[in-house]
Amino acid sequence: PQVTVEVLDHLEHLALVDFRDWEGVERLQKAIQFADQLHEVNTDGVEPMDSVLEDRCLYLREDDVTEGNCTKELLKNAKEKVEEYFVAPPGNIPLPKLEERDTFLQGS
Amino acid sequence: LAPWLPVVGLEIHAQISSNSKLFSGSQVQFSAPPNSVVSFFDASLPGTLPVLNRRCVEAAVMTGLALNCSINKKSLFDRKHYFYADLPAGYQITQQRVPIAVNGSLSYSLCIDNKMSQMVTKTVRIKQIQLEQDSGKSLHDDTRSQTLVDLNRAGVGLMEVVMEPDMCCGEEAAAAVRELQLILQTLGSSQAVMAEGQLRVDANVSVHHPGEPYGVRTEVKNINSMRFLAKAVDYEIQRQIEELENGGTILNETRAFDSKLGCTVPMRDKEGKQDYRFMPEPNLPPLILYDAKSLPANMNHQQVVNIDWIHERLPDLPSVKRAKLVEQYGILPEHSFTLLNEDGLTEFFENVVKQTQMKPKKVIGWILKDLLSYLKQHSLTVKESPVSPFLLADLLNLLEKKQISSTAAKQVLTELWKGEGKTPLEIVKEKKLELIQDQQELEQICQAVIDGQENEVIMMVLG
Repeated sequence: PQVTVEVLDHLEHLALVDFRDWEGVERLQKAIQFADQLHEVNTDGVEPMDSVLEDRCLYLREDDVTEGNCTKELLKNAKEKVEEYFVAPPGNIPLPKLEERDTFLQGS
Repeated sequence: LAPWLPVVGLEIHAQISSNSKLFSGSQVQFSAPPNSVVSFFDASLPGTLPVLNRRCVEAAVMTGLALNCSINKKSLFDRKHYFYADLPAGYQITQQRVPIAVNGSLSYSLCIDNKMSQMVTKTVRIKQIQLEQDSGKSLHDDTRSQTLVDLNRAGVGLMEVVMEPDMCCGEEAAAAVRELQLILQTLGSSQAVMAEGQLRVDANVSVHHPGEPYGVRTEVKNINSMRFLAKAVDYEIQRQIEELENGGTILNETRAFDSKLGCTVPMRDKEGKQDYRFMPEPNLPPLILYDAKSLPANMNHQQVVNIDWIHERLPDLPSVKRAKLVEQYGILPEHSFTLLNEDGLTEFFENVVKQTQMKPKKVIGWILKDLLSYLKQHSLTVKESPVSPFLLADLLNLLEKKQISSTAAKQVLTELWKGEGKTPLEIVKEKKLELIQDQQELEQICQAVIDGQENEVIMMVLG
């Protein structure tokens, strides 16, 4: 199964990844092929494993306040701040549509 | 014109009442200075991991049991991905595949035609309850075209309660949410104060003709109070009906309720269907809960959440409290609703009953008609009442002993509201409101009246 331009565009929107060039797309296709090998195994009646941690115990923490109070440190990461708030653009800035952005995916 | 059947479902987010957050040890604190109760994990700094708070698990189990749910002994955590400035990780940890509780129900009551005397009981199915993280808060500054982000709320534990579309109007939705709020407050799993954002409701609304399939639904968000919930739902139902009757179509979209205009408007930033790319949370193993039977022998007590242990310790739910009040005091069911609806009123009532000889059936009238209406008129809570249970009981005793008439009692109560510290007896003496019990004295008064109105008496006797 070929990975279509629509799917690549969709992935770039959702994950904000940049496949950059056809080499990136090839790597993706190889990864899908690799994962598709799973279909060769008959898994009828087998409960899917979704975590290698399934045998581990989920540790439960006591409800105590043990962290926080580090405003200054956290704000060191802020490009811009206003009175101890992080500053962000007014809303999500969506990735421009395929036709409108500079991407190798155009004209394929 | 074929009738329309509105269909309303609800997604309710209740903030868990806990000291620290769902997956980190920072404090849960409303109105703290911006970004002061934020841990490195909440800010999504690399190298941090989620660690589940046991209290949050217990809160969710309590709530599930109170809503008659099946508790899943094994539940899983997932990541729900979307980009927004107040979600630093770019995903929310939630329970999409297997939540902690499923298939419950909630019973609530409605007054028919606004008459308290006719109450009807309805049930709404609870699809599921899931544990998930709250996001931070965005403050939109339109003048400077920027958003200010405060992560204090990021990571606070939420219980999302999903109610099936069994409701048909704003009134039912509001009544169901009110009952859920009372249950959560009784359990203590959430303080559920809507004004502080501890209880948030999103409504899913659609309309269709009887016998036809369900219509396209819209999601209504940004409902900030119980009052607005009913309004928003009813507005949206009307809007959809009018749109369809004018030959239009309903878009599967998210709309926000504008409380100033009293209408719903499409929300920007929510165009198109969202693809959340759900995936298992790789850093958390399955959450295993135990009961008396499955309890492992040698496990650390602190690591175990025992469903049966929690079940045994559930307090009386509102419905049970109401039934007990009706049985114990002989009051009407609708009275019990009002008692539970006002914070502190049940306690007030019971304290008065303890201190007076008047029958509870009579006391309730004074509580609901005289006390409550006064408090409402002056926007006071029960705790702020200038008349204490002791004073009211004192007054009602005078009435019971027939030392004063009921009209006089109401006069005394009016004086007591002033909160001048006088006792009922002092006011009675001051205003000379005592009932005259002496037969002779009464005869003298009647005779004096008759003597003073001779002509009228003669006219009456002659017929």
